[in-house]
Amino acid sequence: MTTDPKDELDRLSRALRERAPKPDPAAKRAALARSMENFDRLAKETDSQMRPSQDRPPKRAGFLTGVRHMFSYLTSKQALAVTTSAAALCIGLFIVLPQQQFGTVPAPVEQAPAPMPQPPVGASDEIARSEPAPMAEVAPAPAAGAPAARAKETRRLATPQAAQPQMMAEGAMADMAVGNMVAPSAAPADMIDLPFPPATDSEAFANEDANPVKVTAEEPVSTFSADIDTASYAVVRDSLMSGRLPPAEAVRIEEMVNYFPYGYPAPGPQDAAPFKASVEVMPTPWNAGTQLVRIGLQGRMPAIADRPALNLVFLIDTSGSMQDADKLPLLKQSLRMMLGQLRPEDQVAIVAYAGSAGEVLPPTHASDSAKILQALDRLDAGGSTNGAEGLELAYRTAESMTAEGEVSRILLATDGDFNVGISDPKGLEDYIARKRKAGTYLSVLGFGRGNLDDATMQALAQKGNGQAAYIDTLQEAQKVLVDQLSGALFPIADDVKLQVEWNPAKVAEYRLIGYETRALRREDFNNDKVDAGELGAGHSVTALYEVTAPDSPALLNDNLRYQSAGQAAKGASEELGFLRMRYKAPGEGASQLLETPILAGGAADDDARFAAAIAGFGQLLTGATYLGDWGWDDAIALAQSGKGADPFGYRAEAISLMRLAESLEAGGATATPQTPVPDDLR
Amino acid sequence: MQMTVSDEALAMAAAGGDRAAYADLVERHYDRIFALCWRLTGQQSEAEDLTQDIFAALPAKLRGWRNDARLTTWLYRVAVNAAHDRRRRAATHAKAALGWGDWEKARQADIAAEAEGQDWLQGAMASLSEELRDTVALILGEGLSQAEAAEVLGLSEGTVAWRMSEVKKKLRAVAQEETR
Repeated sequence: MTTDPKDELDRLSRALRERAPKPDPAAKRAALARSMENFDRLAKETDSQMRPSQDRPPKRAGFLTGVRHMFSYLTSKQALAVTTSAAALCIGLFIVLPQQQFGTVPAPVEQAPAPMPQPPVGASDEIARSEPAPMAEVAPAPAAGAPAARAKETRRLATPQAAQPQMMAEGAMADMAVGNMVAPSAAPADMIDLPFPPATDSEAFANEDANPVKVTAEEPVSTFSADIDTASYAVVRDSLMSGRLPPAEAVRIEEMVNYFPYGYPAPGPQDAAPFKASVEVMPTPWNAGTQLVRIGLQGRMPAIADRPALNLVFLIDTSGSMQDADKLPLLKQSLRMMLGQLRPEDQVAIVAYAGSAGEVLPPTHASDSAKILQALDRLDAGGSTNGAEGLELAYRTAESMTAEGEVSRILLATDGDFNVGISDPKGLEDYIARKRKAGTYLSVLGFGRGNLDDATMQALAQKGNGQAAYIDTLQEAQKVLVDQLSGALFPIADDVKLQVEWNPAKVAEYRLIGYETRALRREDFNNDKVDAGELGAGHSVTALYEVTAPDSPALLNDNLRYQSAGQAAKGASEELGFLRMRYKAPGEGASQLLETPILAGGAADDDARFAAAIAGFGQLLTGATYLGDWGWDDAIALAQSGKGADPFGYRAEAISLMRLAESLEAGGATATPQTPVPDDLR
Repeated sequence: MQMTVSDEALAMAAAGGDRAAYADLVERHYDRIFALCWRLTGQQSEAEDLTQDIFAALPAKLRGWRNDARLTTWLYRVAVNAAHDRRRRAATHAKAALGWGDWEKARQADIAAEAEGQDWLQGAMASLSEELRDTVALILGEGLSQAEAAEVLGLSEGTVAWRMSEVKKKLRAVAQEETR
């Protein structure tokens, strides 16, 4: 008999599978009971030893609570960096791999899979990682002149507090050693990050330190990506409406400014580019010695009549936390409102995700609104969140709907917590980016507060070329979903990048207000592989620079001794600078270039004044380093003067928010960082 | 269309102290790990003991789980390591090492009642060294690819490929015995 070795392997494989005995139910019960017992014991032991929570024995509470308080109350980057490292140090030493405590268990010969020093799950961490290491970062020196008292105060407060736990940490270290606990040498220091979050509030915001003043002679070129997100404004509003100043890291000034519609001229039919830039220069409201340069981009208005059919996939988080009135119920109302704006040939599908992901509504034409409304009503909150599966299913559904010339977009509605179940945040972002290239876009709608993962939302929408919006009221839903339906849903330009080259003869110093999270490297401008923001039909984008002339008394930096000041500029010396913009037509790989000079002069119209007031509002909320004694009253007066027609009441609302912020600040709370905040910011 | 919470999500929750998640996790994986243990040891009672050890140690181990591999891969690794360790302990060494052999002898008593395939299985497994058995249990029993098995065993893929070629040789030898 000849034998084929391959057959032998098959045979062995079959035998190993088929002959495996059924597990004995009694043995299984015993093993699982024992396992649960150990789980509970471990939870008890470790709870009292290392979990930084309120209900620990008071003996050690002082130190860990202190650390946590600092996490909650301090926003100064430096302070955070110091406290983080102090906490990492301490908790790292607190961790004791408890496997030695189970006498019955054979210590494995090989270490259990060596944990890679990887940050914990969550796209937000990805963002954190891509930021420059805060430890190494030198905070921009507060400008000479008049740095706001508050900014100073924060730093001053931060330092002694930060130093203290470090000392305590060393003490704790000694304690632990005496306590005869062995910290496994192999345990990577970062393992503290995972099971023991330092604070219970899981709201996470993406932000960077405010852009510093730059000297034109040293760094004449400023490059950033367009940003049409508005989520930060809604977060600020929600905070103020509930009686608290928003944490500074939740304030992204460009998103606040971009929240409002401005009447910039749209490109005419003769213009090739899908958007048009209008640049205006005006005196800076908060500094007589500087000027404000406003760059406004206006996307081509959509031709509503002949727009291509839309394919929308609503990917809806139905986890238990979505039950609150300001989440799933608000979402349902918002979507109902939006349905009225769709055309019969548009298609809608709904995918829900919680403990499981499932298609709630197969692709359905908008004309069949009864069916869509029924499906919406069926949505119910319950279960935990598994976003990754839902996302994959939504993309599959969107792809099945896409026909030639149609636009597909996924609208992800969530209250955060998206990262549960995503084992690889970078992989997820890459996945979304790949799908974007294949023509399916992703927008993220945030609902509710408390565990809103703003950073993740922003990252996902950025990768998916979509908009991240935060919806807190039906009115906001109206704005985001209905008024701007066409804009949010029809991309007219992808990867919109802006670059300004300042003329050192006219501008000695400049500062970009906001856009900290959107900064690009100079060389990225011409690199079509570098992703940037998307512009939808009818969208507008506003950027503000504060610039200082070479002879202005408001200059913050002295001339360098060995460099000739104000190098002679070539070409038209009347230009303050030169604006270059790059964009790609949707779906195309090569970018187009638009150029326009920035000329002095021009009057501040309502829009410019209002944008400046909002930029001031944002700065007042984040430390007001460059505002001198310009305060809330000035901001309110300026906004009033720029209110204009305000048909939707957005600007009036902003003005009442400023008043609210002013009274909150006057009411003792200097800023959120120093105000005890309830654990969950709710 | 129903999908369930991923293993990794459950493990994350369990590592963070979620009791229900942990209960789900062990319930979900007991049978699979038991089957692997049987394939590694060849004895039901031995497999039950080994599985119990693994699950008893799991709460502590899970704290060190970093979500850098699929949970099943990680569990396999924990199981294989636990099996090695069990074999290595002196008291049980002889018994465990001869597991398949003992089992073969025990079974020879009522060989008549056994299916032909079972006889062949015991013979085949008994002909393999421990290392080859582990590899076979993962690749032929659990259906892992050579790359996955290499990850579990902490070996290079080449080593696993070489082991499988060894397995082929042994099996061919067993088959030739049979024909004699």
